[in-house]
Amino acid sequence: MATYSTSEFKGGLKIMLDGDPYSIVENEFVKPGKGQAFNRVRVRNLKTGRVVEKTFKSGETVEAADVHDTEMQYLYNDGEYWHFMDPQSYEQMTADATAMGEAPKWIKEEDVCKVTLWNGQPLSVEPPNFVVLEITETDPGLKGDTSGGGGKPATLETGAVVRVPLFVQSGELIKVDTRTGEYVSRAKE
Amino acid sequence: MTEVGGSRTAAEQVLDPAASWRPAASLEALRERAALLASIRAFFAERGVLEVETPIASRAASTDPAIESLVSHWSAPSGRQPVYLHSSPEFPMKRLLAAGLGPIYQICKVFRDGERGRLHHPEFTLLEWYRPGWPYGRLMEEVAELVRRVLERPGLEVEHLTYRELFRDRLAVDPWSADVPSLRDRGLELGISGAESLELDRDGWLDLLLTHSLEPGLGKGCLTFLRDYPPTQASLARVRDGEGPVAERFELYLEAVELANGFQELTDPEVQQARFAADLEARLGRGLPTPPPDAAFLAALVAGMPEGAGVALGLDRLLMARVGASCIDAVLAFPIERA
Repeated sequence: MATYSTSEFKGGLKIMLDGDPYSIVENEFVKPGKGQAFNRVRVRNLKTGRVVEKTFKSGETVEAADVHDTEMQYLYNDGEYWHFMDPQSYEQMTADATAMGEAPKWIKEEDVCKVTLWNGQPLSVEPPNFVVLEITETDPGLKGDTSGGGGKPATLETGAVVRVPLFVQSGELIKVDTRTGEYVSRAKE
Repeated sequence: MTEVGGSRTAAEQVLDPAASWRPAASLEALRERAALLASIRAFFAERGVLEVETPIASRAASTDPAIESLVSHWSAPSGRQPVYLHSSPEFPMKRLLAAGLGPIYQICKVFRDGERGRLHHPEFTLLEWYRPGWPYGRLMEEVAELVRRVLERPGLEVEHLTYRELFRDRLAVDPWSADVPSLRDRGLELGISGAESLELDRDGWLDLLLTHSLEPGLGKGCLTFLRDYPPTQASLARVRDGEGPVAERFELYLEAVELANGFQELTDPEVQQARFAADLEARLGRGLPTPPPDAAFLAALVAGMPEGAGVALGLDRLLMARVGASCIDAVLAFPIERA
């Protein structure tokens, strides 16, 4: 079992606390000139996203969390689970709705996602930063409006709804930033 | 010129090799450092306190269980042997006092392994001075005068608190009588997350409450001297017997930052030897290395060191106060990650 000493603590380090994987957000070394040193850390629970504070005695060791990121290709959804494949090993894995989070709003089959694995199982899934999706439904807008000032809602093939400029029409492909959920531009396949 | 962003240390940042040749501190902060040193030397010159130098590398080391020395090696005629980079110039300076040199001060780099954070760096600059014949109360006054002068804040007020008053008034805890379970409960009540799983001795719990719940409120807009510590935290201070024994030790805080630690110096060689032995036993119990205690220092106490008071003041932190920095990296030319 891999462990980390408090002296190895830094932002981004993945550790186990009370059976859950955490990522260190901030590490503060606290020590009276003559006395016991402590590491006061803020950690994010990688399952729930919650950030909590915890104090360790300096020199203590903590179990390392076997957490790492990998690129995987999305294959299909069977109604309950999302299936992914490692493009190198062709190994397949399934992610549940908790791990998927917001990702299903944006991804299509064959998209490559960042899958965070904990003990070899998907813990969270991030869609690509930019995706190209077809508009399945939007109100016909005014021809010639290119300002995009007002905008209108558009439903995409994945079911996501984004605001688009009035000149964009049903059946068109658009590029969306999945981190903000915002329309970027028209796109070609 | 590159500024270290916010309160983050270089340790937390990814350093771009092409930029990390530059100093972490601003050029202005580096000029302020020189001005601070000149101002301190002028202060002591006016008062007839002599500047001294003592070895940075020594065959003996601090036995304090809370301080780890950095260790190097010396190729001696008798063979390669460890030398310890001093964590404070205390022992050799006290040998100079015993030799009769009178009031002395030193400005030097000291080293402590494993200490790195917003207020800690493994190599830092210490100002240490000794006043033979002085009670520690008088030395606290001089510390305040020096800090006011160096910070150019002549009106900075002084507040005095005893360790017992602080714990009693702010936490309703008597640090002399509270046992481990009650200190742990107090820590949990105060919302110190993780307190439930910490394994600490009594002084460790007191340190936890001090660092997490009390220090943030010390020295707010003034200089706070905290004094008269539990005898188990005497370090190298004399213990005064009275209504309950207290260690005649003080710390100075400014804006929640610990700046200085001083003692009514312990001069009894037998008590000193017993403290070395207790330190080494504590180190063995914790699986820590046991460096050789300074036999020459003990011999100096046997020969007779004048009664008096001494103090060590962290100059990097004092400089932080002078330039308004919240992270020590902002006043260091090259923090260890760039050194």
